[in-house]
Amino acid sequence: MNISKAQLMSLYTTMVKIRLFEERVQDLYSRGLVPGLAHLYIGQEGVAAGVCANLLPGDYITSTHRGHGHVIAKGADLRYMMAELFGKATGYCKGKGGSMHIADIEMGILGANGIAGGGIPIAVGAALSSKMRRSGQVTVCFFGDGASNNGVFHEGLNLASVHKLPVVFVCENNFYGISVSQRQHQAIEDVSIRAIAYGMPGATVDGNDVLEVFEASAKAIQRARAGEGPTLLECKTYRWRGHHEGDPNQGRRYRTMEEIKAWMEKCPIRRLEEKILKGRVASKKTLEEVWDEVNREIDAAVQFATESPFPPPDAIYENVYA
Amino acid sequence: MRELTYAEAIREALSQNMERDERVFLMGEDIGKYGGIFQVTAGLLDKFGPERVIDTPISEAGFVGAAVGAAMTGMRPVVEVMFIDFTTVCMDMIVNQMAKIHYMFGGRGKVPMVLRTNIGAGRGAAAQHSQSFHAFFVHIPGLLVVAPSNPYDAKGLLNTAIADDNPVIFVEHKKLYATKGWVPEDYYTIPFGKAEIRRTGTDITVVATHEMVNRALRAAEECAKQGIEIEVIDPRTLRPLDQETILESVKKTGRLIVADEGPVTCGIHAEIAALAAEKAIGYLQAPILRVGSPDTPVPFSPPLEKIYIPDEEDIIAAVETMRSYL
Repeated sequence: MNISKAQLMSLYTTMVKIRLFEERVQDLYSRGLVPGLAHLYIGQEGVAAGVCANLLPGDYITSTHRGHGHVIAKGADLRYMMAELFGKATGYCKGKGGSMHIADIEMGILGANGIAGGGIPIAVGAALSSKMRRSGQVTVCFFGDGASNNGVFHEGLNLASVHKLPVVFVCENNFYGISVSQRQHQAIEDVSIRAIAYGMPGATVDGNDVLEVFEASAKAIQRARAGEGPTLLECKTYRWRGHHEGDPNQGRRYRTMEEIKAWMEKCPIRRLEEKILKGRVASKKTLEEVWDEVNREIDAAVQFATESPFPPPDAIYENVYA
Repeated sequence: MRELTYAEAIREALSQNMERDERVFLMGEDIGKYGGIFQVTAGLLDKFGPERVIDTPISEAGFVGAAVGAAMTGMRPVVEVMFIDFTTVCMDMIVNQMAKIHYMFGGRGKVPMVLRTNIGAGRGAAAQHSQSFHAFFVHIPGLLVVAPSNPYDAKGLLNTAIADDNPVIFVEHKKLYATKGWVPEDYYTIPFGKAEIRRTGTDITVVATHEMVNRALRAAEECAKQGIEIEVIDPRTLRPLDQETILESVKKTGRLIVADEGPVTCGIHAEIAALAAEKAIGYLQAPILRVGSPDTPVPFSPPLEKIYIPDEEDIIAAVETMRSYL
């Protein structure tokens, strides 16, 4: 595969950033410092990191309720993210969106989304817009296996295909729509076979192998940028935590500890780490420094969030209309 | 004085906006070759081509959602949902996405788009093609809701809607499409939140919307013969609502009837009645009355449908009820 040492390190750093950010949120949430809902991305880092590494700054993404990983990989500032999770005025959404609605239009982040599949038509529209403006931008649309059963999946993929839009549909199949297993919610194994129905290419990759994700998404994104139309890319992965942080015992009401442990063995970060060390891309010490550096960045983000003020009461009435 | 139909006035607004601003484009079902179910977009495909007049699959959630995404990224889409009844299949895109994005994202990002659709019974189209539940959209903060009652307003308000940076639900009325009126050729706008007094009177205020404006004006002529002078106020936009003009009139007449084609329960009637009750109770000399559709689905059979549609006789009946308070 054609990938530079710098790119390998960048993929690694992005995944570490997502992992440590989410672990910190987990800790803060358990101590009651983060209000609301937190759907953590731990275990799925290979997908966001691998896909977004192929995007240009002007490209768009739409994300999901489990969106922290996507927006970090697209380049979001951890301070503003953390402040948003705290509900502070300095957050990405001035504290009015929270975990499920982080957006930065200038950075191409068209928003996480609280509605399963809600981002799919929006991504199609962003792709339509960039095609009409002849801007060369590509849109990546993240969603889960659960959302692939929603009507907007069909409507969005069909529309994108008819108009040959520059969009890549990335299905993160983590095998559960909240508590309902994939076996219970669809009669197919690979979501990607649905691509046939829309006359677009479909592929399934190991979402816990960041290099496989990187390679497959590079192809799909190039195809989109070349004006050849959309692709459905399925990345099989697994969330280590429950559906959200209020889901007791990491979701053991509907899955076994053995299953969770088996997937933890396939940790995308550890797998890349082994490759990096084996290929002598970096030393163990250098990798440790990556973790330390990211931890410092997260410390600073938590400090920023903690010290930031809550929005003033009048803010409730602001931004209803532009 | 050049006259256009309501449908032609809307078409002219669309056309002029597309000429003025290359970001404006149209999406909807059968709006191209077919010209739209009510021929509003007839001829625009030939004029602007298939890239800007997009015939979509029957996928309301898909194309309305796509308009949201396009609007967020620099375009100004105008979508047509063939009947207001069909907005129910894309309600997530309207209520959870289009209406909330600006607020949810703390002011980051705008959704400058217009969703055109229509209300009104009377075509024998039964319960799924005849509803008037536009009040529902007024219930959703983040949306603007426009209700033009004549060709002049239709063009001017649509121009304003397309220029606005917020999502606008532009509610047309089927019975009005063929009505004619003076429409200037030049581009002009009508500000949102500015009601129009269609007829002045001293005895009863009738706040009427859409085709109910014409029905109220006819009723007013009848009542005038009996010496009752009715003031007819057309709010033109339901959100924002011109509270000032309505309240001023209610304070003058002391009596209020609200006439809107939606079902009366939780309709726009109730909202305007509440406004008067909250801010002009001391001036009211009679109970507020509502004229609207009954709380039933729209029936198919012509005699039943005729009963269903609120008309000038219903307004006159409301005036009769009020007579003892005059």
